[in-house]
Amino acid sequence: MDSPHEQHRGSNISLPERAYRIRRNALRMGEVQGQGYIGQALGVADILAVSYFYALRYKPEDPEWEDRDRFCLSIGHYAIALYSALIEAGILPEFELETYGTDDSRLPMSGMVTYTPGMEITGGSLGHGLGICVGMCLGLKRKKSSSLVYNLMSDGELGEGSTWEAAMSAAHHGLDNLIAIVDFNNQQADGPSTQMLSSEPITDKFAAFGWFVQRVDGNDIDAVRDAFDQARSHKGKQPRVVICDTTMCKGVPFLETREITHFVRVEPDEWEKALKVLDEGRPQ
Amino acid sequence: MRRSKYDPRRPVASSERKTTSAMIASIAGDDVPTIAAPFGNALTKLAAERDDIVGMTADLSKYTDLHVFAKAYPARFYQMGMAEQVLMSAAAGMAREGFTPFVTTYAVFASRRAYDFICLAIAEEMLNVKIVCALPGLTTGYGPSHQATEDIAIFRGMPNLMIVDPADAIEIEQAVPQIAVHQGPVYMRLLRGKVPRVLDEYGYKFELGKAKMIVDGQDFLFVSSGLMTMRVLEATKELAKEGVSCGVLHVPTVKPLDTETIVRECTRLGRPVIVAENHSVIGGLGEAVATTLMREGANQNIFRQIALPDEFLDAGALPTLHDQYGLSTKAICGSIRSWLK
Repeated sequence: MDSPHEQHRGSNISLPERAYRIRRNALRMGEVQGQGYIGQALGVADILAVSYFYALRYKPEDPEWEDRDRFCLSIGHYAIALYSALIEAGILPEFELETYGTDDSRLPMSGMVTYTPGMEITGGSLGHGLGICVGMCLGLKRKKSSSLVYNLMSDGELGEGSTWEAAMSAAHHGLDNLIAIVDFNNQQADGPSTQMLSSEPITDKFAAFGWFVQRVDGNDIDAVRDAFDQARSHKGKQPRVVICDTTMCKGVPFLETREITHFVRVEPDEWEKALKVLDEGRPQ
Repeated sequence: MRRSKYDPRRPVASSERKTTSAMIASIAGDDVPTIAAPFGNALTKLAAERDDIVGMTADLSKYTDLHVFAKAYPARFYQMGMAEQVLMSAAAGMAREGFTPFVTTYAVFASRRAYDFICLAIAEEMLNVKIVCALPGLTTGYGPSHQATEDIAIFRGMPNLMIVDPADAIEIEQAVPQIAVHQGPVYMRLLRGKVPRVLDEYGYKFELGKAKMIVDGQDFLFVSSGLMTMRVLEATKELAKEGVSCGVLHVPTVKPLDTETIVRECTRLGRPVIVAENHSVIGGLGEAVATTLMREGANQNIFRQIALPDEFLDAGALPTLHDQYGLSTKAICGSIRSWLK
């Protein structure tokens, strides 16, 4: 299926290849710091590949183009993942990858709009993104804009009360220009999200709040792409959410099985090994 | 043990005892001229010239005078419901899309409940959101749930946020277009309903960021903001009858402070400085002025605060509470007389 946007048509680079490159960028950035939110980055690479190379409308050379779709990163610590996608999309130059988290870098550890081209909001204090998106959607409607607002958030953020204020608000205002993506990797700082403060049954909750809900395997690119299509073409005057079940560290099996994956410890000699494993799984 | 303010040995309420009035008690005296809903009307007037202005509230349009705007521009008014966190986040989103939201709620809810959202979604990005809040300091008899006695202390710590505490209806009318022009977030304390008009008598004009002498005097210098400027002006008239001459320096912009004017006036004539504020003694205008004077090496021999105590205040009738906590004109005069001895 072709992307709805001209900019993505004619590309001979497949979405799995894009996801592979995003993962590779993330691992290279992780190596700069020797640590980081690699698990999350590898986990959402497929979602970002579909977002930036299939779903989103934007101009790489003009990140503030008024008619772009807005992609908001509510989860600031996932910045390493978004930078990886922004580099692949040509919004950020590849060489800056070497500056990740260092002094004077445009790529700080936690994503901030004031630092990075292509970053729409400052995330990080969790539970902010969806509310900001509500305002952006209201504003875009005031301007009669056809731009969509995507909000990438995490399962952990569903514990924040503000998320549910925003969820209720989005439905109340009939925000059919809002697409929330929940990365459900079931991992938080202290352990599995479902054991910290369970948000299940999530689909029922969002549906009860008035949303159009889908839940898919977030590491199945075709499934994610189809869900985005459904979210976009859905006729209901209601916000949309795609809950994506993902695997932390996806694509690097020896890291996938590590017990603590919220903030992965990777030994200095393991980065090369991780890149090698990733390369072996590169799509043909 | 559970803390109790109720003393069963207190005498039974006499017919003299005032009752707690409505949520927002009028602060106007009987014979004071007033203007109705100065904020709502000023915003409505400004909105006629500026398409980017929108109004947003968390179920308190009627109690913040935003209903005037909502009636005039229903399509530009956003009722966000009783949800202050999304109110502030959504205002940030609106500002990101080029609009200038005027956001209203009560000062307690903005400062205590929505702080993180104002801080990171709005202030960190210098977004054009104007947060206008009713019930600042002690302006209701409903008790600590509604008395924002520490709102300025809370907000002074937030970088980028300008803080405005207007004295009367005239100043609110003049402040609205000026805070709209200011690039960045503003927190303005609001007096709503029938708001006294006082400052036109003195030929005063509001200028964002500026402190101004309203009257001059030899014996004391009042430094004040908000409704306390009204009160110290009344006290100044009372004290003049007793031969005491007071100056009044009005500081409506609490952050950033007009350091130059404050240092100049607080050192001129060597007058004792009395900061009068509708706020806790902790972290408000008083401490801001004291710090400024110390920092500039201009500290005075005598410095006093007329402010609310560092405690959760009683519920009751507002005039009684203003007497009890020292904010009424009568109480201010009493404080001055005791310091004169």
